[in-house]
Amino acid sequence: MTESIQTTALTALHIENGAKMVPFAGYSMPVQYPDGVLKEHLHTRAKAGLFDVSHMGQALITGQDAGAALEQLIPIDIQDLATGEQRYGFFTNSAGGIEDDLMVSRWPEGIMVVVNAACKVNDFAYLAANMRGDAKLNILEDLALIAIQGPSAKDVLARLGHDINDMGFMQCREIDIKGITCRMSRSGYTGEDGFEISVSNDHADALARILQADPDCAWIGLGARDSLRLEGGMCLYGHDIDTTTTPIEAAIGWAISPARRNGGVREGGFPGSDIILAQMPAKISRKRVGLKPTGRAPIREGTEIYDQQENRIGTVTSGGFSPSLSKPIAMGYINKQNAKTGTIVFAKVRGKLLEMEVSSSVFVANNFYRL
Amino acid sequence: MSETRYTEDHEWAELDGEVLTIGITDYAQGQLGDIVYIELPEVGRTLDQGEETVVVESVKAAGDVKSPVTGEVIEINDVLNDEPELVNQDPENEGWIFKMKMMEPEQYAQMQDKDSYTKFVDSLS
Repeated sequence: MTESIQTTALTALHIENGAKMVPFAGYSMPVQYPDGVLKEHLHTRAKAGLFDVSHMGQALITGQDAGAALEQLIPIDIQDLATGEQRYGFFTNSAGGIEDDLMVSRWPEGIMVVVNAACKVNDFAYLAANMRGDAKLNILEDLALIAIQGPSAKDVLARLGHDINDMGFMQCREIDIKGITCRMSRSGYTGEDGFEISVSNDHADALARILQADPDCAWIGLGARDSLRLEGGMCLYGHDIDTTTTPIEAAIGWAISPARRNGGVREGGFPGSDIILAQMPAKISRKRVGLKPTGRAPIREGTEIYDQQENRIGTVTSGGFSPSLSKPIAMGYINKQNAKTGTIVFAKVRGKLLEMEVSSSVFVANNFYRL
Repeated sequence: MSETRYTEDHEWAELDGEVLTIGITDYAQGQLGDIVYIELPEVGRTLDQGEETVVVESVKAAGDVKSPVTGEVIEINDVLNDEPELVNQDPENEGWIFKMKMMEPEQYAQMQDKDSYTKFVDSLS
């Protein structure tokens, strides 16, 4: 039995642009365009990259109780999230692990959530089962999502008549691009300034063509999306974070809102909160770190990490080549005692121990636009 | 006179006397994408036919180059240590990977010629 593969509203446009399409999370998605991963990556850092991320799940939670319903499931302050603001968060489980990560934003009509494609069926079933009071989950299957990322992203919007200097990182608003109504947030998954634009499937192709007509814009596939987020130190669900990693081990405890921490106004109350909050600050046995290989060989996901005495101390969860730095980079989990920046550790690659230095996981400084 | 033959693993091998120069085909480099690292074999190493000899890492994935014949590595293309992208730019000339001295010439004779390899590649798309 073969499962049918889904398309997005932009599939035809990707093929028209020469994309190499691959199956990803049940969708046919562009992994690269004719320029290739390296050039696409560097273009995003220099100008503006366009990404089809319509495979991600989008839903609107409506009702007075929407914030309270969502707060049962994630360690984020949603009730005090103002209209026009966005936060990063994650669904936790009773063991303190992470079921998925997501973006949450508040709109006049309700709370929007954007979740990972591979998790969306489960996430939406879980959300639906946990609605309470008048909170209602509305899965928005008729929406596409286009990201525009890079230092020129704001200029592209300016050329389309949108001066958005008053809109900061992690803010959101409705905008009209040449007659097409969109929900736009100033955020993304590359470490660059940029926007994620949610638009109806009916208008997605038209909007994408408007954006791609700008000379600063080029389409970017999943290959460069991965190397961009890795350089930016961002976690990929299912790789760097999963059901067995706690947010504190994953070094994303910063996302847990003060209101939900010990002593906060709505402390705890999310799955695994006892475990997660007890680990703050840093009462953990392992930690996600950045890894800088000394040599030229890329260190891939799954590679075992050893100390000088060849004791196993960790595992690489993402790794590859950094086009911006022209050298390999990786991230992974390491025993806490070996996780200090500057520690020399070893990756076992094809039987050889290759030296790596523990570092920050942010390899290329983020370039977010903060007000 | 030299002649080039091919494997279904997308390696090419050019024979000159008893020395084979080996690399990956244009199709292979296109499939791998931007190459960022090549782990070359040691000179003097003896290889069996089909033995994994070289690791080619691209931004997307790692691929193996298998030895197309049994023999001994006699030279490697050191330039690839600093310029692995040569394999993308000129896979069947400047981007050669290693040379070996063949021990069983009939293995070479059994490899595909250019026409046969071209048909094989066409059948993949």
